[in-house]
Amino acid sequence: MSHESTYDPKTGFEKFIDRRMPIIRLGYDSFVDFPSPKNLNYWWTFGGILAICLMVQIVTGVILAMHYTAHVDHAFASVEHIMRDVNYGWLMRYAHANGASMFFIAVYLHMARGLYYGSYKEPREILWMIGVAIFLLMMGTAFMGYVLPWGQMSYWGATVITSLASAVPVLGEPIKTLLWGGFSVDNPTLNRFFALHYLLPFLIAGLVILHIWALHVPGNNNPSGIEPQSKKDTLPFHPYYTVKDGFAIIVFLILFAAFLFFMPNALGHADNYIPANPLVTPAHIVPEWYFLPFYAMLRAITFDIGIPFTEIVLIEAKLGGVIAMLSSILILFVLPWLDSSKVKSMRYRPVARLWVFLFFLDVLFLGWLGAMPAEQPYVALSQIGTAYYFAYFLVILPILSVTETPKNLPRSISEAVLADKKKAPAAEAGAIGGAQPAPAE
Amino acid sequence: MKTMLIKGAIALLGGLCLSIGAAQAAGGKVKEYKHPHWSWEGMFGHYDRDQLQRGYQVYREVCAACHSMELLAFRHLGDPSGPYHLEKCPKELNLPASVDCADPAQNPIIRSLAADFTITDGPDDSGDMFERPGLPSDYLPAPYANPEQATAANGGAYPPDMSLLVKARHHGANYIYSLLTGYVDPPEIISIDPGTHYNPYYAGDTLSLIKEDYFDEEGHLLPGVEAPYGGVFKMAAPLSDGVVGYEDGTPETVDQYSKDVTAFLMWAAEPKLEERKSMGRFVLLYLFIFAGIVYASYRQIWRNVH
Amino acid sequence: MSATDRTDLPEGQVDEDRRDFIHLLAGGTAAAAGLGVVVPLVDQMNPAADVRALATKEVNISALEPGQAIKAIWQGKPVFLRRLTEEEKVAEAAVPVSALKDKQAQNPNDPGEATVDHRVEQQDFIIVLGVCTHLGCVPLGTSEGENKGDYGGWFCPCHGSHYDAFGRIRKGPAPTNLLIPPLEFVSETTVRLG
Repeated sequence: MSHESTYDPKTGFEKFIDRRMPIIRLGYDSFVDFPSPKNLNYWWTFGGILAICLMVQIVTGVILAMHYTAHVDHAFASVEHIMRDVNYGWLMRYAHANGASMFFIAVYLHMARGLYYGSYKEPREILWMIGVAIFLLMMGTAFMGYVLPWGQMSYWGATVITSLASAVPVLGEPIKTLLWGGFSVDNPTLNRFFALHYLLPFLIAGLVILHIWALHVPGNNNPSGIEPQSKKDTLPFHPYYTVKDGFAIIVFLILFAAFLFFMPNALGHADNYIPANPLVTPAHIVPEWYFLPFYAMLRAITFDIGIPFTEIVLIEAKLGGVIAMLSSILILFVLPWLDSSKVKSMRYRPVARLWVFLFFLDVLFLGWLGAMPAEQPYVALSQIGTAYYFAYFLVILPILSVTETPKNLPRSISEAVLADKKKAPAAEAGAIGGAQPAPAE
Repeated sequence: MKTMLIKGAIALLGGLCLSIGAAQAAGGKVKEYKHPHWSWEGMFGHYDRDQLQRGYQVYREVCAACHSMELLAFRHLGDPSGPYHLEKCPKELNLPASVDCADPAQNPIIRSLAADFTITDGPDDSGDMFERPGLPSDYLPAPYANPEQATAANGGAYPPDMSLLVKARHHGANYIYSLLTGYVDPPEIISIDPGTHYNPYYAGDTLSLIKEDYFDEEGHLLPGVEAPYGGVFKMAAPLSDGVVGYEDGTPETVDQYSKDVTAFLMWAAEPKLEERKSMGRFVLLYLFIFAGIVYASYRQIWRNVH
Repeated sequence: MSATDRTDLPEGQVDEDRRDFIHLLAGGTAAAAGLGVVVPLVDQMNPAADVRALATKEVNISALEPGQAIKAIWQGKPVFLRRLTEEEKVAEAAVPVSALKDKQAQNPNDPGEATVDHRVEQQDFIIVLGVCTHLGCVPLGTSEGENKGDYGGWFCPCHGSHYDAFGRIRKGPAPTNLLIPPLEFVSETTVRLG
């Protein structure tokens, strides 16, 4: 709920600004006095963590761009120049490469929080959709960024994924040529990827501002899924959540530092230290780990879709794979309308809760499968995993919205917190326990 | 509990991913790599300066005949963690006080190492290319003019550039060490062409090399017969005992050469390792302390919330 | 870690000093970390190791007759290499140091006063950075037919600085003599700059 501003400019400077462009007031209302539910747990710290990730990537990225050359003959060597000769160049490069992985770890946990606590539900649908848009831009940025060092995986990953464009019926080949700027991934492709890789993060930053705006209108969701009803249910954002977010960010930075300083290549692929060679294809072309679940879904569609008992093919396997991969993300846009249960938090939806855990495991499973060679039994397992992924959104959630009997909801956040406090010595805070109502579907 | 479940699943996935590389290299299956103790491993990893010098010597006298190292310049050898770094000028050389031997460009060892090589430079004012002795700023000269020439001179196999080789191969250091020390006669079951060499650590295809006698009429392998691990490739065993003369008394064995050259290659691929880990120890310590302080601040702020 | 975590302090007791101290410490640690982070972010713009490796350049001076001069490029800047005639050498050596605007030799290879001993290399070579010490233009006087100025050395057309045959400033706004780069004669015919 947008709240009444309590900002009171004291100094002459503050009054001067407040009368002409009340940005300090905006900052105060948004990040100091902003009423936040008092029961937020650490799953709510990932927003702040993601903001830090974006900042790290932009700062290290701009710095890398000062030393990088986006030309097929010089790109690989320019990255090595950064690693060996530029002052702290190795630090900038490893921070940027590992920072991308950290960015995706944080965004996946952030999305998981949304799925579990129903943060996508009314009135936060637009907030959720902006988030999905940010995720799409992140994926595009990361994909293009990985091409820039011009290693073997850069080149061949770019070739495989851009070639998917040709799956589009009729216009596929011209689109592919348009993307490439030539007849294969080559210098024109590298140059435009560099330009776009530099551009997209600023679009992401703009969307993040809209994302925060869309959040601040209704205010934060919270683990109970019950909206704050009075001042007793909230705390001012500063200092309660600024400091809590600060702590979470430091813990996150510890993980980041562990990778950056001690295992900087653990999440990467050795083949990318071989300069790109259009004449030699690596034995296993694998995308970066954060794309693996989608890669598994892409390769799971091995069959053509046509009219049974005829030779007519409507959708070839290749196109089917592309559609599956894209749909797996696009379906997130309509999630608020697929899951129409009025109960937000899975804490109070014992049946749906089991299915969402299975969903999380399924995504991890698909991620593991994405790294496997495209052979049996991995193909069949990918098909099962993909089927469940879509079934969760298209079948399970819609049905459960109607059939599930949720647990009794507390009347307010304060009541939920007190209930947790009473149970805390005996069992987990509000997570398990209580009679199991309606049978699972 | 759900938090732990998810974290546990992530850890499991991570473990699975990391273990994938162990014995399954690109191509066929290989013998599990040897894993000697390397000085640069772990949180306190560092390079052994003497070992790097020996490794450079092995590279220079054996490998450089076919393998380039084009991303390395002579001056890199004089960098802080490099084999020929000098903190101060050696007294014996009686150099003027203005010379800063810590600067690789003024380091007398580097200058003399570089000067042993002839570098083509130019064009001069008449438009001609000319030759001159090497300088620290020059890059290590390649044995061949271009990759095509290198490939043609090596039976159709291109000897890869070694600047990043250790990072460009899965478990690079262990792989290179195992490969160099792993040459054995090919198993009885396969027959190899002249000019190729068998190595159980090289990921190749041994199935196509199995002798006819081990197949039945339909072309299936006889029962109990398996394709041996490893593969064949064009590099003969480059090292033999005594091939490089060590002046400091270190044993001149294939095993020692392999360890030393692998260490050098590791340094060439990751020269900033020592600086990186040193900064890492400081940063992690700082962050842990910082986390503790901020956590205390957090608890102080939240004390009276119910 | 839900909102049920609580500090078990005795009810109502608040240590004012301790409360402020911990927050000050937290803020201070954050500020120090911020500073530490900024250092590499700025230092990366300083010259990289390959640039710092003082690209050296060897110049062949064997073809120079007395009175002739050539230009070379070193570290992106022009360098004048000139072979003096006997008359020039004697005339310039006779100029007392007290008459010079800049009495320093500006020679890192051989520091001292701006006399023939500290300015002239290998008996009769003058080797200077071809960058006017006023505002950085390239003075004339090296190539055939160029204006050598009033003192028979170099003349900077931008603001009228006149240098003599030893490259010392004699007239005009330039504050110092033309700088001599670090150099070493590797042989009779070749000088290495840098």
